Amino acid sequence: MPLINLENVSFSYDNNIDVIKNVSLSIFEGEYIAVIGHNGSGKSTLAKLFNGLIKAQKGKVVVDGFDCADKKQVFEVRKRVGVVFQNPDNQLIASIVEDDIAFGPENLGVKRQEIGKRIDFALSAVGMQKFRKSSPSRLSGGQKQRIAIAGVLALNPKVLVLDESTAMLDPQGRNEVLEVAKKLNKEQKTTIINITHYMDEVVNADRVLVLNKGEVVLSGTPKEIFAKKDKIRSLGLELPVSTVIADELKQNGIDLNSEVLTENDLVSSLIGWSEGLCK
Amino acid sequence: MKDVAFGQYYPATSFVHKMDARMKILAVIAYIVAVFIVKQFQFMGFALCLLFVLVATAFAKVPFLRVLKSIKAILFLIILSGILQLFFNTSGKVIFEWQFIKITDVGLLNAGFIIARISLVVLGASLLTLTTSPVELADGIESLLYPLKFIKFPVHEFALIMSIALRFIPTLLEETDRIIKAQKARGADFESGNIFKKIKSLIPILIPLLISSFRRADELADAMDARCYSGSKNRTRYKKLTFTFRDLIGFLAVAGLITGIVFLNISGFLAVVL
Repeated sequence: MPLINLENVSFSYDNNIDVIKNVSLSIFEGEYIAVIGHNGSGKSTLAKLFNGLIKAQKGKVVVDGFDCADKKQVFEVRKRVGVVFQNPDNQLIASIVEDDIAFGPENLGVKRQEIGKRIDFALSAVGMQKFRKSSPSRLSGGQKQRIAIAGVLALNPKVLVLDESTAMLDPQGRNEVLEVAKKLNKEQKTTIINITHYMDEVVNADRVLVLNKGEVVLSGTPKEIFAKKDKIRSLGLELPVSTVIADELKQNGIDLNSEVLTENDLVSSLIGWSEGLCK
Repeated sequence: MKDVAFGQYYPATSFVHKMDARMKILAVIAYIVAVFIVKQFQFMGFALCLLFVLVATAFAKVPFLRVLKSIKAILFLIILSGILQLFFNTSGKVIFEWQFIKITDVGLLNAGFIIARISLVVLGASLLTLTTSPVELADGIESLLYPLKFIKFPVHEFALIMSIALRFIPTLLEETDRIIKAQKARGADFESGNIFKKIKSLIPILIPLLISSFRRADELADAMDARCYSGSKNRTRYKKLTFTFRDLIGFLAVAGLITGIVFLNISGFLAVVL
């Protein structure tokens, strides 16, 4: 059974233009999913549909058996699907890190000692134990965003949705956040849905969904997706830098045999090519 | 912009930090009352208040400079009230006269008295916000206001609004700073012109700030919803407020301060009478 199931879902903000058009998709436990699409493709709207922040006008969103449209079940949904948004400054409620992380469990009515344990767990999951008593306003962007993730993790979610959570961060902050997401996916089997417009964040995903004008136009592994280069470009998206470099090299007569998505791919296929030359 | 100490928490583990927020709030209220009941020109009473603040600061392990900085935020107000006293108090002996300006000894004393009074109030109040995290502060106020629940006052919401407001002070200050720089880069002039022109030049700062605050509020509401916020119903508390021996000592200290001041007031009164 899929953890998140969307069935013919449509959504519009003003009953005029559908921001999400008849989308059906299933997300399974433990998956690492990347959602890409250019601005206005409906990515963030999708994120809000996943945890019932907005309700689909048509179709059904079901999370772990709970219906997002039902007011009584929506808290069960939100317990399971944690969303981290773009701007870390606008998600932190309290002025002390541990108080902020406690906010979620407090809302759920979790007992005091258990909240303490959850804070320990969430802070160690994002590697921020040292900052338990600090004030978020003194942290860097990446650190703040890790605290925001910890705040969501304290709810013990099954799914972590990163809604462009790296967009406002510098490269170092981006890496910090992505490392945390990867680690959670591997160690806790947390399902990750990373909504992004950085193609380099996509290459490590199990599955990629490409959104355009509210519809899922492509879906598949990163290799499958980026093999359709012209389609990707026509959707106004870019290819990963390494793929572009490999392409240029191929056009200039350097015969790289394998598909290239990451820097590592590029390096290893170049090594393979040069060894071929030596022979 | 960033050195506004007022409302900023100074993280540390100290005697005062560990005190119950409710006790600290009550103590500060009592302290402010103490400052205000000091009889006119009874500077000894102020000395006592200052001593109280100094001791409390030492126990709080907060650098005294941090506490002093809080005065900076309302320096203008303090100076203004001092000047008003100085120039418009005409009773007593004239000690300085120039054209229409007359400064009297009573005016001078009054100015000093007012400045000391406001400064002491701010020092004490800032010690509360420096040693109490906004969440504890909000919890404390919520707990103290709890009786109002019976007249349907939204105590929890009120406390939450306050703690969020405090949380966003540094964020909004940064934002203001950024907007000012952005407008300056576009050629905005905030320095020249008379006071009306200066006030008018604030508009291009305030409007973007207001708009971005609404956007922030919207996003914050989403983030709170996403973390299962549903009001005060069935909510637990991670931090529990408990009275300890520290609070007893705090209580005794404030009680001592008030007794001291009342004693000074009465003894001054007696000295006049006898």
